[in-house]
Amino acid sequence: MLDFLQQLVSGLALGCIYGLIALGFVLIYKATEVINFAQGDLMMLGGFVAYTYITIIGLNYWLGFLLAVLTMGIVGMTVERFVVRPILGYPLFSIIMVTIGLGFLLRSLAGMIWGTDDLKIEAPFSQGVLRIGDLVLAYDKLSVIVATVILIAVLYLFFNRTRLGTAMRATSENMLAAYYMGIPVKRVVSLVWAISAMVAGVAGVLLAPITFVHSNVGLVLGLKAFPAAVLGGFGSIPGALVGGLIIGVVETLAGFYLPQGWKDVAPYLILLLVLLLRPEGLFGALGRKKV
Amino acid sequence: MVMSAERETAIGASVAPAVTTEPILKVSNIESYYGPIMAIRGVSLEVPRGSIVTVLGANGAGKTTILKTISGVLDPLKGTVEFEGKQIQRLDPDRIVRLGLGHVPEGREVFPFLTVRENLMMGAYIRSDRAGIAEDLERIYGYFPRLKERLDQPAGHLSGGEQQMLAISRALMNRPRLLLLDEPSLGLSPILVKEIFAIIRRVNVEEGVAMLLVEQNARMALETAHHGYVLEVGRIVMADTCERLRESKDIQEFYLGARDDGARGERRWKRKKTWR
Repeated sequence: MLDFLQQLVSGLALGCIYGLIALGFVLIYKATEVINFAQGDLMMLGGFVAYTYITIIGLNYWLGFLLAVLTMGIVGMTVERFVVRPILGYPLFSIIMVTIGLGFLLRSLAGMIWGTDDLKIEAPFSQGVLRIGDLVLAYDKLSVIVATVILIAVLYLFFNRTRLGTAMRATSENMLAAYYMGIPVKRVVSLVWAISAMVAGVAGVLLAPITFVHSNVGLVLGLKAFPAAVLGGFGSIPGALVGGLIIGVVETLAGFYLPQGWKDVAPYLILLLVLLLRPEGLFGALGRKKV
Repeated sequence: MVMSAERETAIGASVAPAVTTEPILKVSNIESYYGPIMAIRGVSLEVPRGSIVTVLGANGAGKTTILKTISGVLDPLKGTVEFEGKQIQRLDPDRIVRLGLGHVPEGREVFPFLTVRENLMMGAYIRSDRAGIAEDLERIYGYFPRLKERLDQPAGHLSGGEQQMLAISRALMNRPRLLLLDEPSLGLSPILVKEIFAIIRRVNVEEGVAMLLVEQNARMALETAHHGYVLEVGRIVMADTCERLRESKDIQEFYLGARDDGARGERRWKRKKTWR
């Protein structure tokens, strides 16, 4: 039972990371119908930027965290302005290829700038553990869960309670009508990319104390976050998070209880099963977009 | 019935409805393309301040294209669009909305997952005066009491008529001085069409909002508007006051569906259109 609980917490922490990357997929997809396969690499970049601020420059962890996230916002806007906007309107296939290419570019650049060694960020809570009776939980994993919950709450309030957030939802529901309302659609789309990149950046910084910062970390995690988004029903924000959590927990439990090799297969088995029974994904029916 | 004077106006350029002041909207010789296809071919029209102008035409005549060109969704290849004396044909649609031009698009295009209230607030996106917005909301509930009952429902759950009411209200929340209305009767029952057009007239009279109305329901449009243009395959072929248009044999035959029995009581299949 203790083992199970500890694995569950690890799984939830991993699932939060998947969920955050999947959230980035979904936000961008809903707003622009672009699937950004470089989302995992944006997360990786977030880790490296935070490493630069915290370990190389030596800033305070929290300040470095904040600056890294803001930097990622600028990166997201830049990508939107100079990579995505010029090719909007071309077939989806071309756009997907461009984002895959962007992923390669980011990975290579990160390798060139920061090298290919495993880097580590020391967080104030890296070492500690929380003991509840016999249960031992690592702070770094709990921090991921807590931070994700806070981030989701902030995003929820932003999208539902502010005018700009509502305008973003309106734009993703009907871009033409948003134009007719006088909503500056181009700026809104640019902000959506900024938010997605910032969410990915948060995931990257949270992940850094647990795994290492490495230029390929985004590829692996991104490839698992994509099924998380599909599992939740591409286009649904709660779906992305739930999908991420399911994939994370299943993967971790399978790694612990099942023979070697099942760890990486199990999430995809779940995905296949869900898609067979509910092709629209877990939350898909709620979010069908009128094109 | 059709006289040579009308024929001249049919050719196109200046119809100059009887107004002394400068029109709120002046469209001159615009040509717009969908890809390689020329959708409108040198259309010119004017909307005088405070009046309702309608554009009649069959499917694919280019009515919606004219509205999209005016509101900036399409950029015309040639020609100018002047709103209150300012050329707007190269501006982005959100800039044009800020100038005071509202657009109620064809098919309503409400935000289906936003609540009715949120839809209305999006209509007021460019405004920040809370008191004024609250006042305008009340004014709109006055026009459409039904919307007030459904404020917290997602707009996608509304009936077609209610969605049309919402689309019009949403555009009014900007306090536009000119409203473009694209097929407000589309898919609505005759009773609802009457209701919607009654409100359109009320808004025009009570608030002085000028309107450019595009309609397939020619009867309704000619009863509502002051001036009318007839559009065929991307060209304006007739322009006059709605009163005169209603009396025109061509309009009666082709747009109002009046029967013109031949000499032996048989219907001649096609009257020759006088503008051809």
